[in-house]
Amino acid sequence: MNIKYSIKTSLTGLKTNKSRSFLTILGIVIGITAIILVMSLGRGAQNLILGQIQSMGSKTIAIAPGRQPSGMTDSLNTFTDSLKNKDVEDLQKKSNVPHLAKIMPIVFGSESATRENKIHQTTIFGVNNFFAQIYDIYPEEGRLFTDEEIASKSAVVIIGSKIKEKLFETDEQVLGQKIKVKNQNLRIIGVLPKKGQFSFISFDDALIVPYSTAQQYIFGIKYYNRLVVEVDEEKNVDRTIEDIKITLRNNHNITDPDKDDFFLETQAQVMEMVGTVMNTLTLFLTAMAAISLIVGGVGIMNIMLVSVTERTHEIGLRKALGATNQDILSQFLIESMMLTIIGGIIGILLGAGFSFLISLILSKIMALNWTFAFPVSGALLGLGVSAFVGLVFGIYPARRASLKNPIEALRYE
Amino acid sequence: MSLIEVKNLEKIYHTDSVETPALIDTSFKIEEGQFVAIMGPSGSGKSTLLHILGFLDEPTGGEYYFDGKPFSDYSQKEIAMVRNKKMGFIFQTFNLLSRTTVLENVKLPLLYSDVKESLWNEMAKKAIESVGLSHRINHLPSQLSGGEKQRVAIARALINNPQVIFADEPTGNLDSKSGQIIMEIIQRLNEKEGKTIILITHETQTAEHAQRIIHMLDGQIDSDKMVSAPRRATDSFSK
Repeated sequence: MNIKYSIKTSLTGLKTNKSRSFLTILGIVIGITAIILVMSLGRGAQNLILGQIQSMGSKTIAIAPGRQPSGMTDSLNTFTDSLKNKDVEDLQKKSNVPHLAKIMPIVFGSESATRENKIHQTTIFGVNNFFAQIYDIYPEEGRLFTDEEIASKSAVVIIGSKIKEKLFETDEQVLGQKIKVKNQNLRIIGVLPKKGQFSFISFDDALIVPYSTAQQYIFGIKYYNRLVVEVDEEKNVDRTIEDIKITLRNNHNITDPDKDDFFLETQAQVMEMVGTVMNTLTLFLTAMAAISLIVGGVGIMNIMLVSVTERTHEIGLRKALGATNQDILSQFLIESMMLTIIGGIIGILLGAGFSFLISLILSKIMALNWTFAFPVSGALLGLGVSAFVGLVFGIYPARRASLKNPIEALRYE
Repeated sequence: MSLIEVKNLEKIYHTDSVETPALIDTSFKIEEGQFVAIMGPSGSGKSTLLHILGFLDEPTGGEYYFDGKPFSDYSQKEIAMVRNKKMGFIFQTFNLLSRTTVLENVKLPLLYSDVKESLWNEMAKKAIESVGLSHRINHLPSQLSGGEKQRVAIARALINNPQVIFADEPTGNLDSKSGQIIMEIIQRLNEKEGKTIILITHETQTAEHAQRIIHMLDGQIDSDKMVSAPRRATDSFSK
């Protein structure tokens, strides 16, 4: 019996039992929908995060205090004060790190900002003007810092768009106004445009101050939370990493690289790490969704068994007219696979639809830089898996059908 | 060589520890082109005999030669092939697929044949025409009368041009007029197209259309007679 006719026959069968067929495939539909949704959102999240890391520039190296986290037991907080001003000065020397183009120290922390009777909890970033280039965000009103302001630890601040909303009236002139953080009056010199959530930082809800100001007047510390270095050319990144390590070890009197009190991250490393984390998470969630496919498969098997019993007479007739056991087996296998494949297709469409809706919500309402990603590989996988479920759970009912004795089957009422 | 030859055929049903003999030591031959009616009361073993002859059931003893080859030498595939190409079945209860049209029902045996799909529609239409149902081609079985249903079943039995047609009480569920039409078609198939017909019935009038009547009783042949002048089933059926 040819495939085209088998498919036609099984579709006729499924159509006559529309509501039963629909309920039967519901488990498969839900399972595939969940898989597609998880994979699509996982991909979207990964694109979002990777896109932002990429915007950091491939010539950028981040230096963090402490030890590279290698396990749960590792204490992340040791040596948090290891990056000092002397390090910044030494890294800037051409004799130490010849390919260093720019360096930006970062100090950050959470503080509340007040203005008149309004108060808002926010994040303070102490940086230099280099942040604008790294994150590609420039004030839409006002200006960046001057060198003089950084050197003299001026009480000036560039505010995020959300701060403006929270602490000021809609049409109020913001530049030149003052807000208070830890009893320090900061004069507003710039307002950042609304940008949405970056991977780790939201500039919408942040106060940007000179790092020197942040160290002395806000946090009262003498170290940096991060140093960000830009290399002159991409080909010099690896060499510069080594130069930085040597310089810092020298400064910190470290001879054994295992005892480093700092670690370096390049864009490539971060991307790899994020990629791994996201993939693991996606895989885990997909596996959870896959369980529903097994449940759905059992449902398919159940209904196929009912269908085989109901159609015993038809099986007997087909055999009397010349159908081989093989013909009957493939007829019922194709039917169960049609069920699951149709379920799979519906699931893929639903999953993609939901994912598209969610990405619309994320990008339009939450202002995230989120792109909808249709997982082609996920769709193919979903289709393959649903066909496989149909095959696996269809084989037992189909075999029962194929082994029926024609005479007993014909007598069956 | 006879088309059908059985020697000491035996069929015993085993249920639990009870043995129920349905056929005992039955021997006969049927030549190609013969029209044979098998008669007998219910339980006489006539249906069992027909099922064995039609490759739908297996004998438990004795030998059955179809087309010169013993049944035991046919493989599963060959059995299906013989049912498909060399035999046509007509059942008392018609056995049409209720969900599909007349055309699709008649095509059914072609699905399992090696006939090219491009020929299917033409062949099915021809078979339907030969039983005078061209105007019902796209109807569902539920829209047909009993006699029309049986004519669809005959068209289906004919489609692969079989050597032998097995008819199991073909008129049993029909009124006498429809039954008459069916008998005329069957007789025509035998006389004009030379098909071997093996027909089961318990009505003497129906059996008298055959050239030979085998009478069964308690699993054995009670009598086996040639009919000198078979009843004619004409006039009642016209295209």
